[in-house]
Amino acid sequence: MSLRDTLLYVDGVTVTFDGFRALNALSLVLEKGEMRAVIGPNGAGKTTMMDVITGKTRPDSGQVVFGADTDLTRLDEPDIAALGIGRKFQKPTVFEPHSVWDNLLLALAGDRRPRFTLWARETAEERDQISGILQTIRLAEHRHRRAGDLSHGQKQWLEIGMLLAQKPQLLLVDEPVAGMTDAETEQTAELLREINRTRSVVVVEHDMAFVRALGVKVTVLHEGSVLSEGSIDHVSDDPRVVEVYLGR
Amino acid sequence: MSRLSISVTLALVLGIALVMAVLNLALPEGAALHVPTYAVSLAGKYLSYAMLAVAVDLVWGFAGILSLGHAAFFALGGYAMGMYLMRQIGTRGVYGNALLPDFMVFLNWKSLPWYWHGFDNAGFAILMVLVVPGLLALVFGWLAFRSRVTGVYLSIITQALTYALLLAFFRNDMGFGGNNGLTDFKDMFAIPLHADATRSGLMVATAVLLCAELLVARYVVTSRFGKVLIAVRDTESRTRFLGYRPEAYKLFVFVLSAVMAGIGGALYVPQVGIINPGEFSPANSIEAVIWVAVGGRGTLVGAVLGAVLVNFGKTILTGALPELWLFALGALFILVTLLLPGGILGLLSRRRARPAPTTPATEPAE
Amino acid sequence: MILLRILLLLLALAPALARAEDDPFAGLAGSYDDISNAVAALAVSGNAQAEPAIAALQAGRLFVAPDNSLWIKRDGGAVNARTGAPGEPPGALKPVRQNNAVRRATEAAMGSLTLFSADPAVRAKAAAAIFEQRDTAAIPALDRALAKETNPAIRTAMQQARAAALLSGNAASEADRLAAVEVLRARGDMAASNLLESLSGQPKAVAAAAATAEASIARMQQMWSLAQGVFYGLSLGSVLLLAAAGLAITFGVMGVINMAHGEMVMLGAYTTFVVQQAMQTYLPSLFGASLIVAIPLAFIVSGVVGIAIERLLIRFLYGRPLETLLATWGLSLTLQQAVRSIFGASNRDVSTPGWMSGADQFGGITITYNRLSIIVFAALVMAALMAVLRYTPLGLQMRAVTQNRRMAAAMGIRTPWIDALTFGLGSGVAGMAGVALSQIDNVSPNLGQGYIIDSFMVVVFGGVGNLWGTVVSALMLGIVNKFLEPLAGAVLAKILVLVLLILFIQRKPRGLFPLKGRAVEA
Repeated sequence: MSLRDTLLYVDGVTVTFDGFRALNALSLVLEKGEMRAVIGPNGAGKTTMMDVITGKTRPDSGQVVFGADTDLTRLDEPDIAALGIGRKFQKPTVFEPHSVWDNLLLALAGDRRPRFTLWARETAEERDQISGILQTIRLAEHRHRRAGDLSHGQKQWLEIGMLLAQKPQLLLVDEPVAGMTDAETEQTAELLREINRTRSVVVVEHDMAFVRALGVKVTVLHEGSVLSEGSIDHVSDDPRVVEVYLGR
Repeated sequence: MSRLSISVTLALVLGIALVMAVLNLALPEGAALHVPTYAVSLAGKYLSYAMLAVAVDLVWGFAGILSLGHAAFFALGGYAMGMYLMRQIGTRGVYGNALLPDFMVFLNWKSLPWYWHGFDNAGFAILMVLVVPGLLALVFGWLAFRSRVTGVYLSIITQALTYALLLAFFRNDMGFGGNNGLTDFKDMFAIPLHADATRSGLMVATAVLLCAELLVARYVVTSRFGKVLIAVRDTESRTRFLGYRPEAYKLFVFVLSAVMAGIGGALYVPQVGIINPGEFSPANSIEAVIWVAVGGRGTLVGAVLGAVLVNFGKTILTGALPELWLFALGALFILVTLLLPGGILGLLSRRRARPAPTTPATEPAE
Repeated sequence: MILLRILLLLLALAPALARAEDDPFAGLAGSYDDISNAVAALAVSGNAQAEPAIAALQAGRLFVAPDNSLWIKRDGGAVNARTGAPGEPPGALKPVRQNNAVRRATEAAMGSLTLFSADPAVRAKAAAAIFEQRDTAAIPALDRALAKETNPAIRTAMQQARAAALLSGNAASEADRLAAVEVLRARGDMAASNLLESLSGQPKAVAAAAATAEASIARMQQMWSLAQGVFYGLSLGSVLLLAAAGLAITFGVMGVINMAHGEMVMLGAYTTFVVQQAMQTYLPSLFGASLIVAIPLAFIVSGVVGIAIERLLIRFLYGRPLETLLATWGLSLTLQQAVRSIFGASNRDVSTPGWMSGADQFGGITITYNRLSIIVFAALVMAALMAVLRYTPLGLQMRAVTQNRRMAAAMGIRTPWIDALTFGLGSGVAGMAGVALSQIDNVSPNLGQGYIIDSFMVVVFGGVGNLWGTVVSALMLGIVNKFLEPLAGAVLAKILVLVLLILFIQRKPRGLFPLKGRAVEA
């Protein structure tokens, strides 16, 4: 694996909260165009890992490099978002008072500065893009609804749609199928695979069936570091993984 | 904040202001429909309070910044105007000193402090009405939003800010008339301030500027900027992950709001005839918040409605039953927050919009 | 040379001394000079009747009879000044004449005479008087007094008086003078410094020693004034701490923005007023204990009002801090107006019990008892508060509820009641603070409003949820404020502190001692 193909390089990252080690010398390498599933029991450090990559939490030590040579630990959330890293939260967070359309409009890649948004008018190009995304996330007929009135699954999709609108190189998706029906779960897996054709994706998930359905390389986190890595069959045979999941 | 409600409000504000002015000026004093001058000034005062309320609503309703120090910007605008009016007195003061305002003569000051220079000029004074509150908001907001001071913490330090200004303006050494403030104004733009026509003119000017502020505010909050702002209000961290800088949005709207409040203060002073440090008192700022809450937070129109209604009630009650006013105000705070979170407009729109949830998908865009 | 001087002095004194030998009182009937000399002679004579006679002269009660016998007029009659025996004066009495010279002589004489009084306080006062007057003539008397004196504090005072007198005269040797300068340096106060500064015509070595001593005293003084500043700062800090202590519970621990917190303090102050009124009427003998009685009552009054507020208002607003802020502000207006309607708008008199008034000198600093009491009280309140949180079942449940409400509820803790009691505790503490503040502030309906912003700033500055942080922050703010005051004036100092706080909070929104961890992020 050459350095040129590496999109995200996490090396020896440690984060402590009041003595509690949320991440313990975590290292992870993600290639361009890869989709990776990250699993692990509660408190394994999955969300903290996302926080570090997106600039919400600064690590005590270690480095996080995006692309060729961008040090993410020096940047804050908006900078990192502007670089092309999008994040979907565990609990769907959409802008509830706004319509589905406006949610996507705000997420659409473009100038984020007040001096632009103050005078911005919706362009035909923007409308086309939004319409396209609405098709992809199957919310076309809901475009004028208040986002707050959507069902839980619809909100999850809207948030994925917002991620797409950002046109990121890398998507971090935190538990996308939590609370979804089986049918919705299946559709989501399909959606993620579709997204993965053009972008790299990291999915954090509990649902093993879903992870299996994705059929990608799996990283198992435990107590803030990588316990095991490989195909889903490889890691589920790993005695250490079995120990962590079933041993207590 | 539909187009309709804003149009109705603009029409009502301008219409009532013009009618009052005409009835005051055109009819003789004894006539049945004559509007006395004091009522004109009172209306002007309500309207300048409404400008403060719109400013508060802009930051609280749309950016989630509960400023408990907005009266400070109002008062600073007022002081800037008051300083101009003081200079207009010229030699007609008690001491007849052409160089110094009366209170400086009284304090044995020999020369005009540097920061009073330029206030002889109306244009400069008007510029300062905009610049001083705006600058304070810029510095304060830049520091606060950059370090992500939010919610209650922000409220507490805005309150501390206005409290510090209150203490400062009480000091005679500050050169703003100390305890007594600035008063005994004679002219404005070389026109006698006490003439009926001036009073009516000021009131109508306040109404026009209030409408202008409403339009500006409405433009801002309905623009894409406004949509980002509302997103920041509800889920600030999410906007960051989308690549927006919430601090820039908040800072812009905070400064804009401070300037709006300053204009309100500048119009308040000539109509009330005095500005003193009491205007900085934290209680005033909080009162302005309750005007907005009564009318309906986040509606702009509600801010105008609330400011006028509450102050009208205050005028009536403090005249008739002064003991009751604070009870009434206190009860208003409690009842509105407990029982009427949407304010009066919230109540109205809830009535109207009741069937809406059954047909959400077909709801029109705006 | 010195010998000659002494000789000359003796010669000058000779007539008076000569007469004093046969009758030390004789001169009192003579000219002004005679009287002055006689007084000086009497003072050192050791005669038992000298003191009453000179005291009578000072009070204008010493008279001369036509036969030159001396009489002291008392309430009932007259006493013979020479013998101290009551008697009947032989004829009309004339007062012994006085001019300024005589008055000075009497004053100095009284100074040396009272050096031998049986009352230590009188002796100390006498020594201090001689120090003030730097009366060279008192040196012999001082020497004799020093020989007899056993009280160490008075001995020191006498030695200082002797040093002062010695340096002011021109009879002493250089070695004696150097020793005297050393005594004054050890005394180390402004008076010693002034004395050293005023010396003139001293031998070179003495002048140099005096200059060094002066500098050393100046350093000492600086230290003392620093210490005094710290004391004033601690006292202001304790006031802030008392005002903020309740808020540290309701805001710091529970996260409730109670803008009516100041009114809880105000209710405590009014409780003190009512208690004092009642005790004055029904139990005047125990009035001195009125504050002690008021403390628990104020806790109960404010605490019960606090519980009522929590149950009737705040519990509907949990999780909506800005609405809580507005609603409790409304409550604060209502409470103020209610108190105004009941007690009137004017200030109410709350008196200070005797044991709290007065002051004591401790080295170079003055400690007033009321300030000291407030410092002690604040320390006790904080200690009690921490003990309640740490060691009582209620405290344990409170901490459990604030840390993880759902888990606490699942474990059978009745969280609504714990909320109410916690809020009641914070309010009650505010009420106790009101008792203390009634001693230093005007008891009026606006009392609480003056503290609300300060209290919030203290809690936020210290770090929300951290009682020790509140303590450190209150004391720090108090001390900084008091040290800024002499530089900038009281109001400007307060403004500066506010501005510094605003800037600080903008740099570190979580205060001095932030709680860390994932829980805070959420």
